[in-house]
Amino acid sequence: MKSLKQKYCIVGVGNTAYGKNPGISQIAHNVLAIRSALEDAGLTTQDLDGVLTKAPTSTFPMLWGPKIAEALRIQPKVTATLDQAGASNIGLIQYAISAIELGQAEVIAISYGDNPRTGTRASYARPRGDDALAGLFGAPSSYAMVAKRHMHEYGTTNEQLANVAIAHRTHASMNPGAQFQELFTVDDYMSSRWVAEPFRLLDCCPVSDGGAAYIITTEEKAKELKTLPVYIEGIGQAHPSWDFYRRPELATSGAKIAGKMAFESAGLQPADVDFCEIYDCFTIVPLISLEEYGFVGKGEGGSFYEEQRTHIGGELPCNTSGGLLSETGMPGTQLVVEAVRQLRGQGQNRQVKGAEVGLVSQQGGIMTTHATMLLSNQGVHQ
Amino acid sequence: MSELPVADKFAAFEELIPPLTDLNTPYREALSRGELILQQCQTCTSHQYPFESFCYECGSTELENKISLGQGFVYSFVKVHQPYHSAFKPFIPYTVATIQLDDGPRLLSAMLELTTEVKIDDRVKPRIERITASESMLMYELERS
Repeated sequence: MKSLKQKYCIVGVGNTAYGKNPGISQIAHNVLAIRSALEDAGLTTQDLDGVLTKAPTSTFPMLWGPKIAEALRIQPKVTATLDQAGASNIGLIQYAISAIELGQAEVIAISYGDNPRTGTRASYARPRGDDALAGLFGAPSSYAMVAKRHMHEYGTTNEQLANVAIAHRTHASMNPGAQFQELFTVDDYMSSRWVAEPFRLLDCCPVSDGGAAYIITTEEKAKELKTLPVYIEGIGQAHPSWDFYRRPELATSGAKIAGKMAFESAGLQPADVDFCEIYDCFTIVPLISLEEYGFVGKGEGGSFYEEQRTHIGGELPCNTSGGLLSETGMPGTQLVVEAVRQLRGQGQNRQVKGAEVGLVSQQGGIMTTHATMLLSNQGVHQ
Repeated sequence: MSELPVADKFAAFEELIPPLTDLNTPYREALSRGELILQQCQTCTSHQYPFESFCYECGSTELENKISLGQGFVYSFVKVHQPYHSAFKPFIPYTVATIQLDDGPRLLSAMLELTTEVKIDDRVKPRIERITASESMLMYELERS
């Protein structure tokens, strides 16, 4: 594994308002988020030579990168839209690094924006599997199938899943930008309605409008800018790929291999990580992710959450802004934004004290794709 | 073709029937006869569903259709409460299971009108219901029922 150390940085992050955001188009969410990230970095659209996008989930437009470039009034040297679902949030960073390494670009914007809350979301209820006659529609039922298998193999309980949702809501309550900030208890969770057993409503992330973006460049360029650069220390990806119900092991993910790759390229170990931002579209996902990364043993994810060890102030704070479950249901881009803010010391009252290394975990489909990224501030303490 | 009676309570499923293709026609015709067929690779002997023109295991294009008893066990399942589609509404909450077939492949299947709760590892068998004059639907039920 080649080392990325001290070569590439995230120098700007931005987002539009999360939640219900009528009248803002998909293009607007992308453009406003990119302009906000550029301003954060002290750059302008004229500094950009690349625009990379993840396609909106609610629709799947062709040539989306060029459309966003047009809306920024630039003709970039590099543009692409990558289809790894949620894992694209990191896959696009890898693509940006490749383009910079090849000398094709120096400053690249990566964005995602969608409006399924106030726009169309018909695609959210499409059937999963070969045949709609099996009755499996929508992502919650498919992830519930994964959760049921994990419960069977390891004794994971609904109370433990509740504690994943509660942990992330607790952090969202400290985040004025989060879509859901109201605290709830295990009893509240237990009385929320079933969607697809073993999942209740509070196991599922909300449908949200919003956009988020980040700016990637070289360390050299980063040093000319006003903000504290956040270094990309390591990246890994691994993709289980098959339709979820055909995979030999259902209660696993690509995190094991992707994580190993990321830690090796960074020269770091799980013990070096101060906090995680983990893709949490459903409560079962971060629980399995922590197990696969080796932060806990297989089957121990549930008790780790139940013992509140992922809370800010605990041994491994996770999803410090509320994650997909509470900050916004956006598919993962917001997790990169939050990791950068934490490493710059901009976490306000949800700041992880002394944070130097953060892990960002992204996955897509039904644990179909996976990517992991390690970020650091190179020990510049807040 | 044998005559399975059309079950009116399943008529609403008609709109979920996927379009006929060269690949799925033999499978669908067999279902209307009350039979489940899989593909079997003549090179590596593995069974396959859904149908393709090649074997996913070894790449061979030598595939033959084979009648399957369709028995297997529940690998995982969910109980759906959300009304995603009107056809399933009268059966809510209904079970969708990942079925591990004894013949090898896994498939997703609805388990409707269950009288006892399903558990992982429960033995199951196919239940084929005629839903229109020409089309049938594959569901599963508990072997012990």
